[in-house]
Amino acid sequence: MSVAPVAARDGAAGSHADLLVIDGVTCRFGGVIAVNAVSFGVARGELFGLIGPNGAGKTTLFNLITGLTAPNGGRLRHRGEDITGLPPHRVAERGIARTFQNVRLFGELGALDNVMIARHVRTRSGLVSGVLGLPAARREERETRERAEELLALVGLDDRREERARNFSYGDQRRLEVARALALEPELLLLDEPAAGMNAGEKRALSDLIRSVRARLGLTILLIEHHVPLVMDLCDRIAVLNFGELIALGAPAAVQKNPAVIEAYLGDEA
Amino acid sequence: MATFFATYDFLLVSMVLAAVLALTLYLPLMAGQLSVASPGFYALGGYVAAILSTKVFHPAPGLYPVPLVLLEMAVAALASGILGLAVGLPALRLRGIFLALATIAFVQILGVVALNLEVTGGAIGIFGIPQPFSSQLQYMWLAVPLLLFSMLFVARLERTRTGRALLALREDELAAAAMGVNPTYHKVLAFTASATLAGMVGAISAHFINTWNSRQGTFDTSVNLMAFVLVGGSRTFVGPVVGGLVLTALPEALRGIADVGGLPPWLAQFLRDGRLILFGILIAVGTVFFPHGLITPGLLRRLRGRPRTA
Repeated sequence: MSVAPVAARDGAAGSHADLLVIDGVTCRFGGVIAVNAVSFGVARGELFGLIGPNGAGKTTLFNLITGLTAPNGGRLRHRGEDITGLPPHRVAERGIARTFQNVRLFGELGALDNVMIARHVRTRSGLVSGVLGLPAARREERETRERAEELLALVGLDDRREERARNFSYGDQRRLEVARALALEPELLLLDEPAAGMNAGEKRALSDLIRSVRARLGLTILLIEHHVPLVMDLCDRIAVLNFGELIALGAPAAVQKNPAVIEAYLGDEA
Repeated sequence: MATFFATYDFLLVSMVLAAVLALTLYLPLMAGQLSVASPGFYALGGYVAAILSTKVFHPAPGLYPVPLVLLEMAVAALASGILGLAVGLPALRLRGIFLALATIAFVQILGVVALNLEVTGGAIGIFGIPQPFSSQLQYMWLAVPLLLFSMLFVARLERTRTGRALLALREDELAAAAMGVNPTYHKVLAFTASATLAGMVGAISAHFINTWNSRQGTFDTSVNLMAFVLVGGSRTFVGPVVGGLVLTALPEALRGIADVGGLPPWLAQFLRDGRLILFGILIAVGTVFFPHGLITPGLLRRLRGRPRTA
């Protein structure tokens, strides 16, 4: 199935102006091809949706971008620089933050600590200056705390700072994960099914949150989401994966009408 | 009171030193790494002090100068830190039980090396290590400040950027890395800090025990330290400290009970000699019923909270 009609905007491998370029990336697990020669570019400031049936390779693609999994082929470029094969912490240092499909918070630690940890790459204090409580380290610690408190307030959890993350409800854990990812001050934010397990009201609040942080922080967001109305409503462009292959790419309205997408994903709903 | 201190001087100092050693197990554990390498660095630190004080420094007769002990501690810390870095870099690629096994192997290797080198006195070891104090109790002047210093260090650490990175690694290494924490750097840092501290304890212990050989800092010590941390508590630094203090005193207390009399002979015998059996039972029961140990962050919060709410 050709991707040409919708990818015509800037060619399959993305343009030079793109913040993130995925260029022919392939990932195999044993005999299974999880991601097969996928190429697209995400422009700076874009809110880009990634949809597809279960097992289509969406989360694997996130793992490839963030360095948790090494690709078997293809290149990943961020700001025009090759980031293929960088370890996860180096990818995070570049300002690429993510949330996880099955929530990976620091369960035994408090909500505030969870967010403060993600300030790691934006702070500098070392072991000695921190333990001695030197003035610079103290100031940094105070700023880290204030910034984390602001972010908890942003996601509506500021009254539960000291509560352990594992005690939060599923929806609250997802919100806490978003706050933690934002604490990294990302330029590119990868959200893996942020609305999973949320009710209709919570989903609406999450859409508003995503829209507002994007506007306020000038973020580029890559969003995996199963809830089609939410994706159609939020995203500027959408890529559709099926069995590891990119089957469509374009504006929500165009993707929705694409026969390949209807067949593979929307199926009998259409 | 004076007779109490006079009778139990050796035990009291041992308790404090055990608490510091328990903290050396806690440091890598903060980053989720179960390492029992501390006895190895403890042994190394002891040899450094024993060799320096008997073969290198030639102090005048009489009490050995305390500043020289401090100098030995510094050298022991440095040597252990360097060895810790050298061992930690490859060893910390291993995870979980494999790291634990590798560190047990490290302790065994050091023991064999010490047994076969000339400078360590071979099987006989080094004896007649000079005494800086006129009584054993006075070793508290070295042991207590070291314990307080290491407790303060760990307590502060938990509230810093570096400490939070360690805790994040313990909770979820993958998520921590995705948040920008370099796993290898922080694991090796915790391991090296632990080695440094264990080396310092070894240097004090060599003087305190007066003799040092390859039976110091063996796998038995590893098991004891594990009991201190697992029973005391592995989620707050208070746990290992209390575990080290209490479990070191426990065998003596049991011996005291056995001597009271009126007990069946088999029970009295067990109370006197069953230390290792008892520690084994404590580890097994503790890990089943108190997986985070007896002293947990939640317990400390409740203890602190009570006076305020009352």
